[in-house]
Amino acid sequence: MLGKRIIVCLDVRDGRTTKGVRFKDNLEVGDPVDMARQYYDQGVDELTFYDITASAQRRKIFIDVVERVARVIFIPFAVGGGIGSVEDMREVLLAGAEKVSVNSQAVRQPGIITEGASRFGSQCVVLGMDAARDPSMPSGYRVFIDGGRVATDLDALGWARQAEKLGAGEIVLNSIDADGSQGGYELPLTRLISESVGIPVVASGGAGQPSHLQEVFVEGKADAALIASMVHFGTYSIGQIKSYLHQRNIPVRLDDST
Amino acid sequence: MSEPLIVVDYGSGNLRSVETALRFLGAEFRISDSPEEVLAARRLIVPGVGEARAAMEELSASGLGQAIEAFWRGGRPLLGICLGCQIIFDLSEERGTACLGLLPGRVERFSSEGGRKVPHMGWNRVYQARSHPLFAGLADGAFFYFVHSYYPIPKDERVVIGECEYGLHFAAAVARDNLVACQFHPEKSGSNGLSLLKNFLRWDP
Repeated sequence: MLGKRIIVCLDVRDGRTTKGVRFKDNLEVGDPVDMARQYYDQGVDELTFYDITASAQRRKIFIDVVERVARVIFIPFAVGGGIGSVEDMREVLLAGAEKVSVNSQAVRQPGIITEGASRFGSQCVVLGMDAARDPSMPSGYRVFIDGGRVATDLDALGWARQAEKLGAGEIVLNSIDADGSQGGYELPLTRLISESVGIPVVASGGAGQPSHLQEVFVEGKADAALIASMVHFGTYSIGQIKSYLHQRNIPVRLDDST
Repeated sequence: MSEPLIVVDYGSGNLRSVETALRFLGAEFRISDSPEEVLAARRLIVPGVGEARAAMEELSASGLGQAIEAFWRGGRPLLGICLGCQIIFDLSEERGTACLGLLPGRVERFSSEGGRKVPHMGWNRVYQARSHPLFAGLADGAFFYFVHSYYPIPKDERVVIGECEYGLHFAAAVARDNLVACQFHPEKSGSNGLSLLKNFLRWDP
């Protein structure tokens, strides 16, 4: 049986990992390459790196981080932030990432999904989506771009379905309402999207304790869950989270020796 | 581990992760797109991510397909990974593509019945249908990383050495004589994957 994946997300600014609360007030938490190696040793299933500076002159620092990460961990990892073209996708894939996540640029220019999928394969192209509650939208959730600052006309469910048709291989679904709160994932949103598309859905935003992951896998029907603060600040280890889930009959990949 | 190993570059997907894993293991190897070098290799890895039709077109046009087949007939160890585990069969359902035909069988797409998500993406258990040197030191049911929408269906079930379950049972690893191939990505499967690659480097069929 396919295991539910636990993915640690590292926001990288100027070559350092940071963690913000609702997209603001970033705290520095460490060196991304060292952290990647530690999470790998702890048994994390996958990692995601977001370039949160994404300015042209600092891009090189970020690409260098990706290259160094690729040399020390032997599990898949995705990269996002500042992906504006198929050329940008190629750059991070060549640097050693398995997948590349597009967010704002996919809204502005949906063809980037199709073009990326046809060049690198659907499995490489992840749609990152930031959504917030909005009762005026058909699904009850509206899509935001530019780090959650700019509202779009897109309905979250409609956009997820469209992205699948365009060729995305996975969706990382981030709840703006829950992000950084550590109060649990946005379960209704996660379930709605996960049950409506045929590609894997990664829940993001709001994880604070292991029971939140249990909820998002069972009630939210997520295929994978993104976590950050709950491990970055040493509150939990990957092993603790996995054994909690395993004891509750949620399929997770345990220690390599098992 | 000092035998010359060639990793075939046929323009399909990202060779970087195979390269970094082999380097980590201290293997001596070269990435090559030359049919002559493939023919001369002592050991061969055919990786690949992507689409079967494009891969087969490139293999035919470059002469690498013929070289891989000739290498295989020479009896030296050959490892196919992911797409490299699919194109060794006769035919892929992916755009009706004729493949290398080293093993009888076909490749089909996962259906989405029962809410099955496609691609099959993530860590899954591989059960050892029979023992093989590739699995030396690895537990039965060890986890490996998969990402694929198509899976092989060998005509001869006896070639299946590893089985996986994803709503159905499928062949996750196959072997016959000097050929082994896995649908999962050992280069992305943590220490289990590194052990499997190390086993291949030592394998003397």
